[in-house]
Amino acid sequence: MPDGAPFAPQFASVQHRDETAEFGMWVFIATEVLLFGGLVLSYFVYRHAYPQAFMAASRHTDILIGTANTAILLTSSFLVACAVEALSMRAHTTSRALLIGAAILGLLFITLKGFEYADEYREHLIPGINFAFDGPLANGAELFFIFYFIATALHAVHMLVGIGLLGTFAARIGNAEESRIRTALHSAALYWHFVDVVWIFLFALIYLPGRSS
Amino acid sequence: MNEDSYLNAGYTLRSWFFTSDHKRIAILYFASLIFFFFIGGAAATAIRIELATPQADLVSSDMYNRLFTMHGIIMVWFFLIPSVPNTLGNFIVPLMIGARDLAFPRLNLLSWYLFMLGGSVTLFAIAAGGVDTGWTFYAPFSTLYSNSYVMAAVIGIFIAGFSSILTGLNFIVTIHRLRAPGLTWYRLPLFIWSLYATSVILVLATPILAITLILIAIERCFGVGIFDPKIGGDPLLFQHLFWFYSHPAVYIMILPGMGVVNELISCFSRKEVFGYKFVAWASLAIAALGFLVWGHHMFVSGQSLLASLVFSFMSFIVAVPSAIKVFNWTATLHKGSIRFDAPMLYALAFIGLFTIGGLTGLFLACLAYDVHATDTYFVVAHFHYIMVGGMVTAYFGGLHYWWPKITGRLYSEGWARAAAILIFFGFNLTFFPQFILGAEGMPRRYHVYPPEFQVWNVLSSGGASILAVAYLLPLFYLGYSLFFGARAPANPWDAPGLEWQTSSPPPEFNFAVQPVVTRAPYQYSEAFKAEPQNA
Amino acid sequence: MERWRPSTPLVASWLGLLALLALTVTLAYQPFGAFNAVAALGIGVIKALIVAAVFMELRHRGPRTLIFAAAGLFWLAILLWLGSMDFLTRT
Repeated sequence: MPDGAPFAPQFASVQHRDETAEFGMWVFIATEVLLFGGLVLSYFVYRHAYPQAFMAASRHTDILIGTANTAILLTSSFLVACAVEALSMRAHTTSRALLIGAAILGLLFITLKGFEYADEYREHLIPGINFAFDGPLANGAELFFIFYFIATALHAVHMLVGIGLLGTFAARIGNAEESRIRTALHSAALYWHFVDVVWIFLFALIYLPGRSS
Repeated sequence: MNEDSYLNAGYTLRSWFFTSDHKRIAILYFASLIFFFFIGGAAATAIRIELATPQADLVSSDMYNRLFTMHGIIMVWFFLIPSVPNTLGNFIVPLMIGARDLAFPRLNLLSWYLFMLGGSVTLFAIAAGGVDTGWTFYAPFSTLYSNSYVMAAVIGIFIAGFSSILTGLNFIVTIHRLRAPGLTWYRLPLFIWSLYATSVILVLATPILAITLILIAIERCFGVGIFDPKIGGDPLLFQHLFWFYSHPAVYIMILPGMGVVNELISCFSRKEVFGYKFVAWASLAIAALGFLVWGHHMFVSGQSLLASLVFSFMSFIVAVPSAIKVFNWTATLHKGSIRFDAPMLYALAFIGLFTIGGLTGLFLACLAYDVHATDTYFVVAHFHYIMVGGMVTAYFGGLHYWWPKITGRLYSEGWARAAAILIFFGFNLTFFPQFILGAEGMPRRYHVYPPEFQVWNVLSSGGASILAVAYLLPLFYLGYSLFFGARAPANPWDAPGLEWQTSSPPPEFNFAVQPVVTRAPYQYSEAFKAEPQNA
Repeated sequence: MERWRPSTPLVASWLGLLALLALTVTLAYQPFGAFNAVAALGIGVIKALIVAAVFMELRHRGPRTLIFAAAGLFWLAILLWLGSMDFLTRT
């Protein structure tokens, strides 16, 4: 792209570029829905086959960390939405602070997840490493935990990418050309909110079943 | 070069390997695909040599498993899926819609690098000893029991999958957002409609492949996973996930070929495509319905009878839009002024061979017959008729049609026609006997067979040797044309599309002036002269 | 540079989401049998819709964006429904 040009030659205007970028991000989000979707199908297939085992296994997940993490992620999504709003009103410093806040919350999520994994290691709940579950529901429970670790690890990888993005934007606000940063941040925000939505459903599938027994 | 074109806008390696020009990226893909095509072809050659005799004389059973696996993996993921979209699509789509490039040119380059990275990892798996699971990687063999390089192959294909996703994303956004002024959806060439439909599948199906490969890799790595029967896992879950992607994948492979055929049939009949809207919507219908049929690969695997019935029914339905296209192409030919240039020979071959392939698909969609035909050579013949007789043929047709535009050179028409005819002959000799073999019960993926099957196998292997020569021919006469061919005019075929309204080869930014479209596509005058879309 | 404050819809959504989180956890501990799963997923859907409509600004977007946003979900529905069919109807 020639220096100083606000948008690449295949676009007709800045608005054209912005709308196209958002469009592209939604297409990408659709791919991610299906990526996690394959795991969700697996979950439902085995929950249907081993309902008692899934309930029992779910009771062994840490509802405190799970709930705390959900609240943390919902709040970080709020902060990112605020950051986008702030930037659109030229409040650069505020926007940067909000993004850093969201990234810190994201790191807090990852840290708590780490503690949670460590607890699960101690309780012998990691298939392929040290899984040991008493009783006849062991197989179904193991399937639950295979799903649990794969889904939350995949989610965590997406979180780390998102945290990296938020940090990068926090650093670059005010330095690069205004409208490009706004557009790019908008796309990154969509990604972050999507990661939040995935967690909303993972929370419902992982932490909540079986609590009433 | 007489004038400035994308080819002489920089001669350094850097200007090629760090390009964001969709035309150069198309060339990068094209070169890579030639390489992979011949590797996959080498595996096929070994297979057909082995199968010429009933005994195992060339390779061991283990080696044979690795050969057909390699053939499948390379041909599916590293040739057929990227073939038209990433070479012809990358080059022609922006030109056809009057744009300066794709929506995200750097993502386009990234997709090529991912493709090459994935290809390299997969080639490493093959060179290190190969994979013996078949390209279908069924669990629990692939996850728990195979001693071959499954992990490396899975990683290679996983990486290449991202290349697919980025390509699909780029095309969808480009077609929605970067069309020239006046280019409404119903003025788009049908090649674009087909690539749009292909891109929808690329974007929505490939992620399922990604998660399935992740699940295989984890189960292989940790020795336990969700497909493991020992802990109550269901291997059929793997098959559902795998085929949810892999059935739409076959439509990823064939839809672009159908898109090319639209362009060829129209140009060489000098007529607009009959039933344009039907063909356009049929492309989308194929893409959508193609997601609803995957269980027809699992009729005998233990799937519930109800599910099998539903999938069988849907498999009959999905044939309808394809049939609509074949009827419309035939109607296009009717009362056209037909010219038998090489691209047209390929297009006509496509119609016949794809129809045979498609009809035999209906045999297989029929539950009762599939019980006998599944995992026999009938299936092998069916999909080769579609993939090779259909898709590869269409690819070659498109390659010849757009060759003057891409390279600025004209190839030898005599050699091209001879190659097309030889390919047609060699192809049928190779694969028609396989229908007979399958109907008589010869199973696929076996390198030994009862002696009574030898006659057909020898015919098939003989055909394959002819096919091999025939596929090598274009390498020579097209290669020759690059250096010694006559310079091509802007519109050697007198076709009305936007891509023909710029020079051959095009300048770096495609058009000197932004085209404005005023006409429907495929318009020819009473005297069969093209009426350009932007005149 | 103005003094920026978060807009009311954003704050209301955030608080609403946290309230729904509290609700879903509380309901999970009630003995509703099969309805527990329905409640958990139902509340999850509401939370997701709030994030999508307000945070992801879909409420301000036109039909084409909405279709694209919904497409992934629609195809997911196909995967889940047709994919489960085999497992639910085995005899």
